Amino acid sequence: MEETETGESIRRLDYEAKITGRAQYLADMKVPGMCHGKILRSPHPHARIRSLDTSKALSIRGVLAVLTRDDIVKDQGIDPYYGPVFKDQTIVAVEKVRHVGDPVAAVAALEPEAAEEALSRIEIDYEEMPAVLDVSEAMAKGAPLLHESVRMPPHGFADLAELKPVEGTNICTHFKLVKGDVEKGFAESDYIFEDTFTLPTTQHCSLEPHGCIASVERDGRIVVWSTTQNPFVVRTQLANIFKVSVSKVRIVVPYLGGGYGGKVYPKLEPLTVALARKARRPVRIVLSREEVFYTITKHAAVIRMKTGVKKDGTLVARQCEVLLDTGAYAEIGPRVAKKSGYTAAGPYKIPNVKIDSMSIYTNRPPAGAFRGFGVSQSAWAHESQMDVIAAALNMDPLEIRLKNGYEEGSEFVTGETLSSLGLKSCVEKVAAAIGWKEKRAAQPNGPVRRGKGIACMIKATITPSISCAVVKLNEDASATIYTGTVEMGQGSDTVLAQIVAREMGISAENIQVLGVDTDVAPYDLTTSSSRSTFHMGKAVQLAAQDLLNQLKQIVVQDYGVPPDQVKFSNGRVQFLETVLDYQEILFKRFGMQGGTLVGQGQVKTKVTHERGVKTTSSFWFLGAGAAEVEVDCETGKLRLVKYVTAVDVGKAINPLGCRQQLEGAAITGMGQALFEEIVFDNGQIVNPNFVDYVLPSLGDMPPSIEPILVEVPHLEGPFGAKGIGETALIPVAPAIANAIFDAVGVRIRDLPIKAEKIFLALEEAKKKL
Amino acid sequence: MKKQIHVRVNGLETELQVEPRMTLLEVVREQLGLTGAKLGCDIQVCGACTLLLNGKPVSACSVLAVDADGGDVLTIEGLAGQGSLHPLQEAFMEFGALQCGYCTSGFILTAKAMLEENPRPGEAEIRSYLAGNFCRCGCYQEIVQAIKRVAGR
Ligand code: FES
Ligand code: FES
Repeated sequence: MEETETGESIRRLDYEAKITGRAQYLADMKVPGMCHGKILRSPHPHARIRSLDTSKALSIRGVLAVLTRDDIVKDQGIDPYYGPVFKDQTIVAVEKVRHVGDPVAAVAALEPEAAEEALSRIEIDYEEMPAVLDVSEAMAKGAPLLHESVRMPPHGFADLAELKPVEGTNICTHFKLVKGDVEKGFAESDYIFEDTFTLPTTQHCSLEPHGCIASVERDGRIVVWSTTQNPFVVRTQLANIFKVSVSKVRIVVPYLGGGYGGKVYPKLEPLTVALARKARRPVRIVLSREEVFYTITKHAAVIRMKTGVKKDGTLVARQCEVLLDTGAYAEIGPRVAKKSGYTAAGPYKIPNVKIDSMSIYTNRPPAGAFRGFGVSQSAWAHESQMDVIAAALNMDPLEIRLKNGYEEGSEFVTGETLSSLGLKSCVEKVAAAIGWKEKRAAQPNGPVRRGKGIACMIKATITPSISCAVVKLNEDASATIYTGTVEMGQGSDTVLAQIVAREMGISAENIQVLGVDTDVAPYDLTTSSSRSTFHMGKAVQLAAQDLLNQLKQIVVQDYGVPPDQVKFSNGRVQFLETVLDYQEILFKRFGMQGGTLVGQGQVKTKVTHERGVKTTSSFWFLGAGAAEVEVDCETGKLRLVKYVTAVDVGKAINPLGCRQQLEGAAITGMGQALFEEIVFDNGQIVNPNFVDYVLPSLGDMPPSIEPILVEVPHLEGPFGAKGIGETALIPVAPAIANAIFDAVGVRIRDLPIKAEKIFLALEEAKKKL
Repeated sequence: MKKQIHVRVNGLETELQVEPRMTLLEVVREQLGLTGAKLGCDIQVCGACTLLLNGKPVSACSVLAVDADGGDVLTIEGLAGQGSLHPLQEAFMEFGALQCGYCTSGFILTAKAMLEENPRPGEAEIRSYLAGNFCRCGCYQEIVQAIKRVAGR
């Protein structure tokens, strides 16, 4: 077991259950009286529903209920419209369908087969409408509109309050950010570079598909078991839809088989609850793999970058236009576009910046959160262009980054001051590990060329936000942690236990982390945005400190000791000549073996105003990646030789857990860089399965992926820790593209980087010779 | 029409009534409540549903239960001995070869089958034998390390 100053790679708390097959995931659960639900989905990208006939479906044996628009529109107890940012989604389609796969009806039946059979008997008369199938069609003059008007939620997210759909267009939101004067900056520049970069729609592909079990009790209470990353947001949304107070909605979350952003915000829950309500018994729906592809995706993007530089490589002005395909519903797209926009100019000190970042409605499945949250899109553009610039100026890509990169105290695009910034250290460490200095080493003979590339990033976390925690000290001096943080593989249960263990001086083995249940756990905004270690970690730390204070009070009262004489160390309390453990103190207080102390902690990050400037993020993600590749000039075939990722983790609470997150994110980044792509044909997904949508496997891995933990502590994080879940993914694609350029001199601007793209680019380059 | 089949599951002789269209995975998960094997892709590519049938790894999502009649099935639940875990389970924990755990039973059972065929695989053999199992959390390096540790014993 390896130790760093504060960190220790203890065995994860969730391992024993997972390694023996006993860990429960949603699809493993059954509740008494449960029946099975299936969803009928639209075959058209855009169509009006003229009529629906469910009579034949209802006559199938074992069918308990069929849910259509009639049930949700006519029912006074239901508001059919919902959505985390705008209420533009309905439980099932009401007037029209807006993408292939849009839910139109649902069936509950005793057996899944009966439900399936019933789906095929529902008759729907569609009137097809012209569709907009990508961002440029959606932006064209006179384009058909997806939403004629959009309803606003009663209490929207504080950070998105200023964003509204642009009326009469398919622009869902338009985020603007300006610093200085780009036109003046371009005029002062020696060179101007203009490039366009694109990324396709992709999918999270958590091995566990989305699932939900819903039950509506006789008194109207709604109980939901769901594969969700943010149960409290889902609770609020369900309370609004079904017009009850949040206390009447209970969300329970088992272990998740991966999330990666694909399981935030309501997905299946509204429909499953509506179906359970109608069927009058609990309903379980587990999506097929194909349905997952139609449920949520990662935003495709078109990004235009215009950058002005001085001869010496100083960045003077940068203008970024980020167009994100948000699909048929806003979902959390507006925030993705905002986050993408904030850092679209990259982690660089640039005096003049103009950013326009838009989420745009199209007739495709909704796009939402994906590990990296819009920043893996914008970083593909800014990091690729940095190397375009470096090459034109004959500068070293490492040097141009170090020259312009943010450092402690730099001013961000918004005007706020940046702090706790391990950016340059990450860049330098990946460069050293990949052997940057030796990069001009002799090429192997033959058609295969080697090259190295580097890329870096900055990203904000969701701010403002709230995390509350309760820690219970039991009579045997063990502790129980109650939080809303979802263990989805990232290791949060273990990290939270380690923080409490360290704070209280007890062993993590004596700490239990309860699964998420909104009836029991205090509020937490979300398990996403790499925020849990920083926010919930701090909340449990405060809760543990609260417990220590209570113990101190007890000692003062029960043993008559002055407060300043009471000291804690290693799970014991010392005063005068006495050393007691927690158990003895509790025993004395309660007079018997029994009793509980409850500590609580709250973290509420704010948007503070510094010189009239709002802070964007309670802390920043910084990281860098470096790739070494081999490219076969005759075929375009690419081989990853080595990949290095460095992330500023603040302080590693569990170093092995940190490395797992870095490597895992980097591997997903490799898939996104090299082959992942959803292919559409008239709004239909051509490859909604794991044969045609290729995921990275062991066969695709480079011989070595090296994670490097950089520790620049953050004052407000628990023991200095920051969040890290997304960081390592973001530099991967541009680092690889930059390495390809280094190897063979061709610039790939459109992901994924398939061999044929490299081959065609090489052919193109040969023609120009 | 249900059909009666007889299988040995984790060492226990078991009689089952199954529909002819039911997969081995459905029967093991739904009828026997052994939910350690997971449904990931349903088309025999991800490996999350891997079980050992007569010692060989199979994608249980794509094997009909009736075809397993008379067979010997090992699931992750049957891997640990009384009071002690299998060395692969120990090594997976030690090296951190899992995060969400959804792929884990498939990887461990596949690795077990590989080690039975070839007790001393090299790294390249491990990588190619397990190339048919996906881990979206990206624990590949740790998985290889864990298996190497067990293979080295
Ligand atoms: S679920 Fe059987 S191989 Fe994927
Ligand atoms: S541990 Fe999550 S898929 Fe492998």
